[in-house]
Amino acid sequence: MITFDYIRPATTKAAIDALKKESSAQFIAGGTNLVDLMKHGITAPQRLIDISRLPLNIIEQKGNMIRIGAMALNSTVAENALIQQQLPLLSQALQAGASPQLRNMATVGGNMMQRTRCAYFYDTTLPCNKREPGSGCSALQGYNRMHAIFGASDQCIAVHPSDMCVALAALDAVVVIADSKGERRLPFIDFHRLPGNSPHVDNNLAKGEMIVGIEVPLNNFVKHYRYTKIRDRQSYAFALVSVAAAIDIKENIISDIRLAMGGVGSQTVATNKS
Amino acid sequence: MEKFFFEDDNNRVTGKAVVTGKAKYAAEHEVEGVVYGVLVGSTIAKGSIIAIDTKAATKAPGVMKVITHENSYKVPGYDYGGNPAKGLTGGKGLQVFNGNTIYFAGQPIALVIADSYERAVYAASLIKAQYNQDVHATDFAEMGKSVIAVEGQRYKDNIRGEADAYKNAAVKLEAEYIVPNEVHNPMELHAVIAKWGADDKLTVWEKTQGVKSAQRSIAAAFKLKEDDVQVFAPFVGGGFGSALRTWPHSIAAVIGAKMVKKPLKLVLTREQMFQLVGYRPYTKQRIGIGADKDGKFIGITHEADGVTSMYEEFTEGTVNVSKILYQCQNVTTRYKLYPLNLSTPTWMRGPGEATGCFALECAIDELSYLLNIDPLELRLKNYAETDPERNRPYSSKFLKEAYQLGADKIGWKDRDPRPASMKQGEWQVGYGMSTGLFNAGRGNAKASAKLYADGTLIVQTAVSDSGPGTQTSMTMIAADMMGLPVNKVTFEYGDSSLPPGPTQGGSTTTSTLGSAVYGVCFALQNKIIDILKTDGTFNKTDLKVEDVSFTDGGVLLKSDPAKKRTYSDILSKAKLNQLEVSDDSKASEQMRNYSAYSYSVHFVKVLVHSKTGVIKFDKIVATADAGKIISPKTARSQMIGGVVGGIGMALMEEAVIDNRFGKYINNNFADYHVPVQADVPEIEVAFVNKPDPILNPIGAKGMGEIALIGFAAAVSNAVYHATGKRVRDLPITLDKIM
Ligand SMILES: Cc1cc2nc3c(=O)[nH]c(=O)nc-3n(C[C@H](O)[C@H](O)[C@H](O)COP(=O)(O)OP(=O)(O)OC[C@H]3O[C@@H](n4cnc5c(N)ncnc54)[C@H](O)[C@@H]3O)c2cc1C
Repeated sequence: MITFDYIRPATTKAAIDALKKESSAQFIAGGTNLVDLMKHGITAPQRLIDISRLPLNIIEQKGNMIRIGAMALNSTVAENALIQQQLPLLSQALQAGASPQLRNMATVGGNMMQRTRCAYFYDTTLPCNKREPGSGCSALQGYNRMHAIFGASDQCIAVHPSDMCVALAALDAVVVIADSKGERRLPFIDFHRLPGNSPHVDNNLAKGEMIVGIEVPLNNFVKHYRYTKIRDRQSYAFALVSVAAAIDIKENIISDIRLAMGGVGSQTVATNKS
Repeated sequence: MEKFFFEDDNNRVTGKAVVTGKAKYAAEHEVEGVVYGVLVGSTIAKGSIIAIDTKAATKAPGVMKVITHENSYKVPGYDYGGNPAKGLTGGKGLQVFNGNTIYFAGQPIALVIADSYERAVYAASLIKAQYNQDVHATDFAEMGKSVIAVEGQRYKDNIRGEADAYKNAAVKLEAEYIVPNEVHNPMELHAVIAKWGADDKLTVWEKTQGVKSAQRSIAAAFKLKEDDVQVFAPFVGGGFGSALRTWPHSIAAVIGAKMVKKPLKLVLTREQMFQLVGYRPYTKQRIGIGADKDGKFIGITHEADGVTSMYEEFTEGTVNVSKILYQCQNVTTRYKLYPLNLSTPTWMRGPGEATGCFALECAIDELSYLLNIDPLELRLKNYAETDPERNRPYSSKFLKEAYQLGADKIGWKDRDPRPASMKQGEWQVGYGMSTGLFNAGRGNAKASAKLYADGTLIVQTAVSDSGPGTQTSMTMIAADMMGLPVNKVTFEYGDSSLPPGPTQGGSTTTSTLGSAVYGVCFALQNKIIDILKTDGTFNKTDLKVEDVSFTDGGVLLKSDPAKKRTYSDILSKAKLNQLEVSDDSKASEQMRNYSAYSYSVHFVKVLVHSKTGVIKFDKIVATADAGKIISPKTARSQMIGGVVGGIGMALMEEAVIDNRFGKYINNNFADYHVPVQADVPEIEVAFVNKPDPILNPIGAKGMGEIALIGFAAAVSNAVYHATGKRVRDLPITLDKIM
């Protein structure tokens, strides 16, 4: 049996230190993706560092932005009064994802870090460059009606499946990342990567780093906004394509507009214009 | 008994146990000393095993045994052709661990047995097989090209009247329709616990739709006396046909339990559910249909190309629907079967009739537009008053009434019949309808009944209840016959040692078993009358059943209602603790002269988004002529369940094979979609509810299959009405409409 140990550090710093110490350690938050990956033999961490109970679940307004802790649950964020008032597009996108049970477990950080749903990534008997670099891409000539439209490479055509991320891209969010030395900030649209020649690297989080939160600037997209998700069934299905759209109207003129697309690539495709 | 919060007399008698988790399903029985088996599947789809390296697995912690074809206990039934997983058609079932030939990807090549499930799973991952790989055939597009059809008597053309007469009709249509592989995917995974006892007696807890048939299959495989095998299936978490057979994994579990001399539990994974317990086979159909200018059918030709495995011929009644659903003199049917490197399919709800009705009922809709006749009217113009295939009357047929009920409820006449004419904002609105039919049968069954001095009744039969609510309807029949409240009646089932009952399939359980329960209660009534004749109660030595009512827990003399005796009184006066009877029940001679079918009619109103092609249901009406409705609530649930299954078939279900690897690529619940709550609109169910006077004494026909049959055609027809776009290959995903 593949055994692993499980620890639950009390502080963020201790969790980051623990990650640094053990090369095959991984954070576990809600576990809704990681546990599946472990069951399928796609990843086999020797140590799980449970970060789900770290005090990183606060949702608050700080000056002209809203900060959401990385451990806030998808359901909590979606139902939070401040989010519903100030970032209703984000709430809508979250509600369109997964199922209530999953949203009750899934965290904001985990949602960003979830891996692709490409069927070939999950079947360990078949080639997949994302899972096993250099083994080939089975999806390229295979069952790929949900795969990338933009930004794919001949190495990988997998998409990032998150709904939440589409709204974050539209809303100019910033990712707050911490490591043992301190914090850094990364615009959300630069967080995920295109596959290029290294499709196994999903994002720009460096080894030893943790997502601690998301910051979203306050905006005027509170009246005219919509998250639309086109999928093969009405709920509990990943997007074929999704769109986060928002406009700000001032004196009958559109003064600001946001459009972001999900389910179309390994990154959210955003065309934000002011 | 504590009162359940939504308890009423129409409720499922097992409802509380199911929703509170008290009901025990196959894998949940606690058997002392149980060990765990995990099956390892072949990674290739065709070829042979050269060698299997089991060393690492055998040495892994907790592993007790690794079984392969090289060391397996030889199943004695294999040598005699007696087959553990016997099909009803040609060929032989898969003989697990008997030889090194690989017929399909996922075929079991090893069983790893360990002291915990997790350890068995891990050890299974260490098994390494070396294969001699052949070029596999899984591509449906190759059927009739590189893949050649099976030959045999069964596959000869069937011609009534003139062959292909539709070609000469004034108005005619030719079209091709495709139903993909669909997997039953009941919520409960297939599971079995096998335990060998003293004297080679075997106990099996099995997910099965037939405890008796499972008992017979296992006894035959292991050359045991039937009585030495006891099969339990008190609760079955859905089957839809996948639990009609005893599959190789169950035989593997029995082999494993024998070899390690311990009770063994084996639960399939969701991935294995796609490979090891059957599926609805891909079928490509061609319909040619022609009518005169008034819409009278001149000829129907229905051809189907179905799929089977390399080791067994599985056929179904796909093309038969065209012989019997409408009045038409000239009907030609052709059925071909193509063996592929897949496992054997099996009946899936509505089986071939659902596949066949999809094609036929779409074609009729298409023809109606060519004729410019309302689709419902066209069906009525060709209504069969007698069975056109066998030239004999129906035992009962109230299809017209079912059409009427449905048309009224959906508002059929208020629609604009022109395609793509109705709109609701950004949504295009479409109405569609279809007919479904399925044979209404009645088989043999035996039931026993015990009436106790405390006024309670126990009725017993070896039947499974895979979800329709058999326990509830049988309880209701017995309660009604004996004039007892349902809570005084217990229906015992799910145990092969009880009097033999039917396998739950083909929509025959209520007809077959309901008649047996009716029969045994009738016998019990007569036994009570015998006592009353002589005990002086009513002073009537020539007392007959007709003279009394069985009501309020006792017997009442019709001519003098004041004279009433409870069962307790009667039994205690006769100094009896209990009265016991049993009864054999079978179809009547009279039925030989009749044909019996159940009918369903589905009306749907769909909304199709004009830009994205998203399809939503606005309303669904399902009506049926299923004879007398025995248990209104569970009957309604059956119809709803069939519709939900039909939504899956129509809009989302398809087990996708990647032909490069010969394996399923969406073999999990995230990728293989079945409907969720949000896909299901208001479903209105209505029954004609007229008893069939001939089929059986209770007047009920079947319902499980018709609940789904035809539904997908109604959706395709509605999508056409909404958009003007005809989708002939299921599922109707939005990319096919855009
Ligand atoms: C059946 C199913 C359907 C789904 N449908 C949808 C859908 O429609 N739309 C959608 O958007 N999502 C969907 N999801 C995905 C779901 O949103 C993710 O599984 C979830 O968001 C992951 O969050 P988690 O907290 O459970 O992450 P975990 O599973 O705990 O972790 C996932 C990964 O993130 C890493 N990680 C977690 N937190 C951090 C952090 N703070 N810093 C750095 N690394 C971290 C972990 O190490 C791990 O590698 C679905 C999931 C399932 C199982």
